[in-house]
Amino acid sequence: MSDIQQLDCRGLSCPQPALMAREAVGEKDKGTIEILVDSGTARENVSRVAQSAGWQVNIEEQPGGVFKLVLKK
Amino acid sequence: MSFVSRFLTSRWGPIVTGAAVGVLAPLLVKLGNPGNMGVCVVCFNRDIAGALGLHRAGLVQYIRPEIIGLVLGALVAALVFREFKPRTGSAPFVRFMLGMFSVFGALVFLGCPWRAYLRFAGGDWNAVFGIVGLVAGIGVGVLCLRFGFSLGRSNPAPRALGWLMPAAMVVLLVLLILAPQFGRDADGNAVGPIFFSSKGPGSQHAPLLIALAVGLFIGFLAQRSRFCTVGAVRDAIILRSTHLLYGVLTLIVVAFITNLILGQFKPGFANQPVAHTDALWNFGGMVLAGLAFTLAGGCPGRQLFLSGEGDGDAAMFVSGMIIGAGFAHTYTMASSPSGVAAFGPITVVIGLVFCIVIGLTMRGVKA
Repeated sequence: MSDIQQLDCRGLSCPQPALMAREAVGEKDKGTIEILVDSGTARENVSRVAQSAGWQVNIEEQPGGVFKLVLKK
Repeated sequence: MSFVSRFLTSRWGPIVTGAAVGVLAPLLVKLGNPGNMGVCVVCFNRDIAGALGLHRAGLVQYIRPEIIGLVLGALVAALVFREFKPRTGSAPFVRFMLGMFSVFGALVFLGCPWRAYLRFAGGDWNAVFGIVGLVAGIGVGVLCLRFGFSLGRSNPAPRALGWLMPAAMVVLLVLLILAPQFGRDADGNAVGPIFFSSKGPGSQHAPLLIALAVGLFIGFLAQRSRFCTVGAVRDAIILRSTHLLYGVLTLIVVAFITNLILGQFKPGFANQPVAHTDALWNFGGMVLAGLAFTLAGGCPGRQLFLSGEGDGDAAMFVSGMIIGAGFAHTYTMASSPSGVAAFGPITVVIGLVFCIVIGLTMRGVKA
């Protein structure tokens, strides 16, 4: 069963990736959220938002300068 | 290098960048730049527009090496830290227009957010109205973001596209050094193609190599630390994040101290350098600028740094700023120390209508 929420924030300007991440972590008490970003800025901003809401962040680097942020709580 | 990278992306990154600007900008004034204009992205793009003959306001024409340095410094950082990523396709023409209107607003106030903070740190209390306007404009932008505003996604682009803005900056550097002249007209006036002011703010500048080096250094730091003078306020409002805000607060405090040490702190409203005392339009101009910067995703400095990283959409915004500065001084929209110009206020009103329509109608990116 897959209750992993997935968000694609690639190519979006500041602060949209962080806003989308905040909305996602705000809607869930626990679980897994996977967020794709393609800039260092978005990677850092999304990580900060998630960590400040108490989520663990694991970053996987993918080809083409894309990062998959796996948020768990 | 990995230590530098980790440090600059930590909470200390924006603080160190703000401190660097706070020391170096007043020093550039000491070394020849106009008052409270150590670094002003809008004023300097305006000077570049004048130097290229896009406007003929003879007092504000010079190719500012700081701008060249800011872009190329960000390019170097992006290459070193493997963040040079050519990309485009996120509403380029809208960004061009936002660049133009941001400059129209900022030139009614007479300064970008960087200079608004620097003016305040130099004792120019007129800047308070500008900063309040800036925060209000960012607030309106935040409302648009809350309603779902988006300029859409950018996509990866060929490498050549990413190199265009850095290459344009190298061309500007060559033009600055060579300053080619095609001759003079019958009245003895230079006919260009490059115009440099012989008096006024355009004639006041720090030595070329020092200004270039400062630009390179700040551009390098800011690319890595994501320093943004608009994002600072925006993130504090919308994300309750003070990460970037500490950078701006550090800039103001350090610039204030540096100005005190250099004897450049002159508190008051009247007779401030390259400034006017019209509170309403100092406020109004920066409402427009703050809104346009927020819709475009960052302050004018940040747009320069992004264009150095290969962001073709930010390059469109920067182009809009330079072309817009040409219009602003050709069509009597830009203020002067004697006050607001004839078409400044109506331009601000038109710009606000434009930005609000864009802000409320462009949306629709789904995850």
